[in-house]
Amino acid sequence: MPIHEKSLIRPENLLTHENLEIEGIDVSGHWSTFIESRVVTDYNEALEDEIAALPGGENIHRCWQCGSCTNACTVNALNPDFNPRFWIYLVRMGMEQELLRDKDIIWQCVSCHKCTYVCPRDVVPEGVMKATAHWLELKGHRPKSPSMLFDEVFSEQVFATGKIEEGRTLRGFFQRTGQSLTQDWLVEMIKRLLRHLPVKLMIILGLANVIRPRTRGWAGARAAIEEYVEEQETRQRQALGLDRPPATGAERPLAEAAE
Amino acid sequence: MEEKYKKVAYYPGCALEGSGHAYNRSTKAVGEKLGLDLVEVKNWNCCGAMEVKNVDPKLQTYLSSRVMSIAAKEMGFDTVMAPCNGCYHNLKKAEYDLANDPDSVGVVDRLSKKAGHETYEAGEIETIHALDWIKQAIGEDGIRERLENSLKNLKIANYYGCMYTRPRHIFPEKDQGPDSESTTQPHFMDDLLAAAGAEIVDFPLKTACCGGAHTLSDSDTSTKLVLNLLRAAEASGAEVIATECPTCHSGLEMHQVRAEKRFGVTTRVKILYFTQLLGLALGLKPRKVGVHENISDSMAFVKDKGLA
Repeated sequence: MPIHEKSLIRPENLLTHENLEIEGIDVSGHWSTFIESRVVTDYNEALEDEIAALPGGENIHRCWQCGSCTNACTVNALNPDFNPRFWIYLVRMGMEQELLRDKDIIWQCVSCHKCTYVCPRDVVPEGVMKATAHWLELKGHRPKSPSMLFDEVFSEQVFATGKIEEGRTLRGFFQRTGQSLTQDWLVEMIKRLLRHLPVKLMIILGLANVIRPRTRGWAGARAAIEEYVEEQETRQRQALGLDRPPATGAERPLAEAAE
Repeated sequence: MEEKYKKVAYYPGCALEGSGHAYNRSTKAVGEKLGLDLVEVKNWNCCGAMEVKNVDPKLQTYLSSRVMSIAAKEMGFDTVMAPCNGCYHNLKKAEYDLANDPDSVGVVDRLSKKAGHETYEAGEIETIHALDWIKQAIGEDGIRERLENSLKNLKIANYYGCMYTRPRHIFPEKDQGPDSESTTQPHFMDDLLAAAGAEIVDFPLKTACCGGAHTLSDSDTSTKLVLNLLRAAEASGAEVIATECPTCHSGLEMHQVRAEKRFGVTTRVKILYFTQLLGLALGLKPRKVGVHENISDSMAFVKDKGLA
């Protein structure tokens, strides 16, 4: 069975016949091979080009479906539904509706680069996962993922000051995702740390919170980066055929924001 | 031995000024003890990490190139050493992209000019990891000669993580024969800590992923991945996991606690930077290499082992 026909063996698509006789033989029961005739018409022919227009997706056309990426995948070992090979196939076929079934897990790629390491065709599947996750959000198919929000909190800080101060990143992320800072494990970790952390280091880390570490003379770099980011966002939105400004905030997918 | 590695530009990166402070402290202390010179890159910036790469890979290339531009052009160094796997990986990736992708060269040139500094060009500097640095500048024999406190009672699992070895194409010097580092079976940390007297256990998850990318955004996944590592290390008979990356290190420490709190799974294996272990072997005091700065409390442990 071709990989894109996986839908036929989903439980809801299995055919059941309580009494079925064919050429004098009783074939009652569940039959995944009894396929009703069907016509697939909802191909999105632009899908592959759209993914390829986003950073990381450039080489998707090179895939020859060997499956090495999925075989090596860290996340696949935890969740068999996380299947880069399958998603690359769906994108290349333009089977958008099938792809959307997995829209809430694609962002979970941990960027361990095992797929890119083993890929014989330089597809850079890790990049394709990032491009696909971006695409889903830009198109408004799902709200921004926690990973995307983390990337944004982090990048905004780097663009603004040239450096990262981890306390600020942590607080910014919890705030933007509406989570409490008093997570049991986080509190426990800090307690253990404080048990033996030298006062001098505490003062250094505390000061970093007040006086943000920054790269001197960063204004020029900041302006250059911000101009570039804006340019790229415009280019990406054009490539995806979007004309409205991007959604902002955690809970506003584009489709809702546009209403 | 590589004479040129005896004095290198030092790029600590953001994590080493925060959660990875003990790695910064121990790297500098070990360098000093070994008579190696580290000159910090002036007014450095973030390498872009994975987060900026996710926003735009070329922007990450630019950020990393600025660091290399300062080290090479302003400071005149031919080698920059980054102990953080993330920084090391990103400088290597920028080097590869600038040598092979004209679009990246164009973006970096444009942004550098606008930002007001010289454009870094591929080939102007070599990026090395702290492991390369000690392995090439001092070597196993050098460690043995300077050994003051053998790690002979310690069973260590060496954990290298993802960014030190993958993807292969950004590390052209690896997999070049027995003296070079291997991307599938990395051994530089094994070599150095074995020379320091430790018993290196056979650890199958040397280059498995700790889920560092989603340590906060998908914490359950990270906790599961870290638990795999901690349990495999214990099953291999290790008392300590040696690390060489601040993100892996704090991820292991953090999710060891989280696994206890959320999944009720307790693991006892200690987590120490390889530079901390090497420092102890060279006769440095635990506080000098920041053992007290780790979350994973190893003070009593190193004393029990006669290393304090």
